[in-house]
Amino acid sequence: MTNPNFEFKPASDFIREDAPERYIYNMDADKHEIAISTHDLQVFYGDNLALSEGDLEFERYKITSLIGASGSGKSTFLRSLNRMNDDVATVNGQIMYRGVDINTKNIDVYEMRRHIGMVFQRPNPFAKSIYDNITFALTQRGNYTKEQLDEIVETSLKQAALWDQVKDELNKSALALSGGQAQRLVIARALALKPDILLLDEPSSALDPISSAQVEDTLIELKNQYTIIIVTHNMQQAARISDYTAFFHLGKVIEYDLTRKIFTRPKVALTNDYISGNFG
Amino acid sequence: MKAKTADKIATGFIYAISGIVALILFAMLSFILVRGVPHLSWHFLTSPARAFEAGGGVGVQLFNSFYLLILAMVISFPIALGAAIYLNEYAKKNYFTAIVRTAIEILSSLPSVVVGLFGFLLFVVQFKLGFSILSGAIALTLFNLPLLTRSIETSLAQIPDLQREAGSALGLSRWETVLHVILPAAVPSIVTGVVLSAGRVFGEAAALIYTAGQSAPALNFGDWNPFNISSPLNPMRPAETLAVHIWKINSEGIMPDVNAVSAGASAVLIIVVLLFNFSARKLGMKLYKKLTSS
Ligand SMILES: Nc1ncnc2c1ncn2[C@@H]1O[C@H](COP(=O)(O)OP(=O)(O)OP(=O)(O)O)[C@@H](O)[C@H]1O
Ligand SMILES: [Mg+2]
Repeated sequence: MTNPNFEFKPASDFIREDAPERYIYNMDADKHEIAISTHDLQVFYGDNLALSEGDLEFERYKITSLIGASGSGKSTFLRSLNRMNDDVATVNGQIMYRGVDINTKNIDVYEMRRHIGMVFQRPNPFAKSIYDNITFALTQRGNYTKEQLDEIVETSLKQAALWDQVKDELNKSALALSGGQAQRLVIARALALKPDILLLDEPSSALDPISSAQVEDTLIELKNQYTIIIVTHNMQQAARISDYTAFFHLGKVIEYDLTRKIFTRPKVALTNDYISGNFG
Repeated sequence: MKAKTADKIATGFIYAISGIVALILFAMLSFILVRGVPHLSWHFLTSPARAFEAGGGVGVQLFNSFYLLILAMVISFPIALGAAIYLNEYAKKNYFTAIVRTAIEILSSLPSVVVGLFGFLLFVVQFKLGFSILSGAIALTLFNLPLLTRSIETSLAQIPDLQREAGSALGLSRWETVLHVILPAAVPSIVTGVVLSAGRVFGEAAALIYTAGQSAPALNFGDWNPFNISSPLNPMRPAETLAVHIWKINSEGIMPDVNAVSAGASAVLIIVVLLFNFSARKLGMKLYKKLTSS
C-alpha cells in the first residue's frame, strides 16, 4: 500500500514543543494503511449539533468521496479534519493522524495544515502572480534557492495538469486565469507544500464540464501519492473517481463502503434513495 | 406591459434625479471656477497674503494646508490602519468591539466645529500648545481618524473570505495572511480611500479655526530648521490654511481686492480637492491593474 517514492515529513513538525510526552510520535503509524481516522467526532455550531457519531477511517492512497444532501454535514466533517472549523465551531472527539490525535491543543495547526491540505469549492488564488501563488506559503517558512522554487513550481503545476498552459506566463497574475485553470492552480499550490492528505470540498462544482473533467483527471493522477478525501454532489463523479464512499444524512454517516458497493448494492435503504435521486 | 411601463417610469425618475444632482454639482463648480480662475497667477499662488493693500496671494496658506495635511495623514494613517485591521480581521463580535464600533461611528458623525473646539480647549489651552500646526494636526487627526478607519475597514471587508481561508489552509497564520494576502489585495481601494480623505482634510476649515489659528506669519522658505520660528517646518507656529483663509477674508477681510482674493482662493481649493478626487480613482485603478496583471 505504501508508496516507496513518498517521503514523509516528520510528524514532530506539527506537535508543539510544550506537548506532553505521549504526543511524541509513534513510528509504526507511518506504515499503517489508514491515513487519517476520526473517533466519536461531534461538531457543534453554537448549540446546534451539526455532526455526530463521526467514526471514519480513510485508507492511504485512495480517493474517498463524501456524499449526501445539502446540509447533511459533509463540509462540516471535512473542515474539521484539518481544523478549519476551529474559529466557528466546537469539535469534540479524536482525529488520529499518524498515531497522534490532532484535535488537541498540543498541535501546531499551521504546521499540521501543511500535512493536510485543503481545496475549496470556489477557486481562490491570491492576487499574485501564478509563480508567487505557488511559492508564497513555502517561502514564508523556509529558505529555498531560486532553482529549488522553479523546480517545485514546475512539478506541482505538472501534477495539477496546468504546466503546459501557463509555463510561458508564470509571472502573469493568477486572477487572469479561467475558473478551471484557477482551480488547478489552487490544487498545485496545495501540492507544493507536499501534503500527505488532500481535502477537497466540491472542487469542481463551480466549473464547466470540461474543466471539471480535467480536475477529475488530475485527482486520479494524484492518487498514487496522496490520500484524497473529496466532497461531491455529483454522483457520477463519486462513482468515477473514488475508491470509497461515505453517505452523510442529517449530520450522521449512514453508510461507508467501497464505492462500487455503495453504488450497486447499498445496504441501507436511505443510501439507495439518495443515489437514485429520490431526495436531496 | 404594466411592469414594463412602471419600469420605464422608475428608470426615467432615477435618471432625472441623477441628472439634477450632476447639474447642481456642475453649476457650483463652474461658478467657482469661472469667478476664480481669472485671478490665478504664479504670483497669487506663491506670495504671502496682504491685510490692507491689494495684490496679496495665498502662498503661505497653500503651504500650510499641505503641511497640515501631510502631518495629519502621517499621524492618522498608521492608527487607522491598525484599528481597521483589528476590527475587520481579529475582533470577535462581543461587547467590547461593539463599543469600539459605536465610538467610531459617533466620532465620525461629530461636526468638525466640535472637534475644533475640543482641540482648542484641550491642546491649545490645557496643554498650552497654542494656535499651532501641532494643535491643528491633532484636531485634523481626530476629525479624520474615524472616517479613515471606516474606509480602510470597508476596503478590507471587500476582500472575500475565500482569501483568508486560502491562507489558513496553506498553514499561514492569520497575521501572515493579513500582511501578505489581504493587505496587498486591498491596497488599491485603501489608497483610493486615503486620497479621498486627504481631499476632505485639505478642505476642512472648522476644525482648524481655533487650533491651527487664523494668522499666517510670513515664512522664510530658505530656512528649513524646524526649531526656528520663521521656518516653514516649525510645528509650533500658527498656520492659517487655505480653507480658513477663505472663511476669514469673507467675514472680515478689509483688503481692497478681497473679492478677487476670495474667488481665487476658492478656485485653488476646489481645484486641489478635485485633483485629489480624480487622482484617487486613477491611482486606485492603476494599482488594481498592476496587481491583477503583472
Ligand atoms: N458556519 C456555520 N455556522 C452555523 N451553522 C453552520 C455553519 N456551517 C454549517 N452550518 C450548519 O451545519 C449543518 C451542516 O452544514 P454543512 O455545510 O456541513 O453541510 P454540507 O453537507 O456541506 O452541505 P452542502 O452540500 O450544501 O455544502 C447545516 O445545518 C448548516 O446550516
Ligand atoms: Mg458543503
